[in-house]
Amino acid sequence: MSAISDFFHANGYGFYIWGSYGAAILLMAGEIIAAKQQHRTILKRLSRMARMNAAEEDE
Amino acid sequence: MIPWFGWLTAILMIGGLYWGFFETPDRLSDQKEYYRIIYIHVGAAWMSMWLYVVLAAWALAGLVLQTRLSYMMAAAIAPTGAIATFLALWTGAFWGKTSWGTWWDWDPRMTSELILLFLYMGYMALQSAIDDPRRADRASALLALVGVVCVPVIFWSINCPDPNECAALHQTSRPGGGNMDPNILIAMLVTALAFWMYSFYVILIRVRGIILERERHTTWVNEILEEKR
Repeated sequence: MSAISDFFHANGYGFYIWGSYGAAILLMAGEIIAAKQQHRTILKRLSRMARMNAAEEDE
Repeated sequence: MIPWFGWLTAILMIGGLYWGFFETPDRLSDQKEYYRIIYIHVGAAWMSMWLYVVLAAWALAGLVLQTRLSYMMAAAIAPTGAIATFLALWTGAFWGKTSWGTWWDWDPRMTSELILLFLYMGYMALQSAIDDPRRADRASALLALVGVVCVPVIFWSINCPDPNECAALHQTSRPGGGNMDPNILIAMLVTALAFWMYSFYVILIRVRGIILERERHTTWVNEILEEKR
């Protein structure tokens, strides 16, 4: 077996090791993306509200 | 400042994992290859407890000093803490399956960590269930403070002074206490530090949004919005 597949096989414990690391990467990357997305949504909503207020004042 | 924490997380994590996978022995004396789970298990478990203490401290500051920012910090910490707790349990399950032969056992350490997960979830649920933000803040802060009793239970469930009083399957967590290979210890501490940086990173992103949302009637928020337009 090549060195790389040996590495991922990890003496038969590959499933357990990569099962742990996979969950960690998935959740942490997901959390970062979700937090950034949420921030963008808030900014968008607030600037829309600000525009509406400005439009009302103009009338 | 926020991207700095992101970069630090990436650098420390990659460095720590490289060290942990390539500069360490393949096997410990009593554990086999699966010990490599340690690099995320310890970091996540550490964060799960610390973040709860920090959350509760902000909640207490909010209740005593009536400062709005402390409640916002507490609210921003909760999801990250819940994820860290979940990861500690999840990686622990994978580790337990290989080393103890079971995914789960009602061992004191695991049970109290599970209760911690429920506390985080309860905190978030209570926060979002009450419409009035100020009442939601106070109610959930109180819950967070009551929940603090769980943290020392988790800690001493495996580090109790007299080993005979510990009913835990779980190993003790004193760095250097066991016969741990120093390379593994270094890699573990570096990845734990990466988890710290990760927490700062994602919590700061989240609190930024919460602040904007709650302070939307102030002039400074409107000035920022003007600039973005």
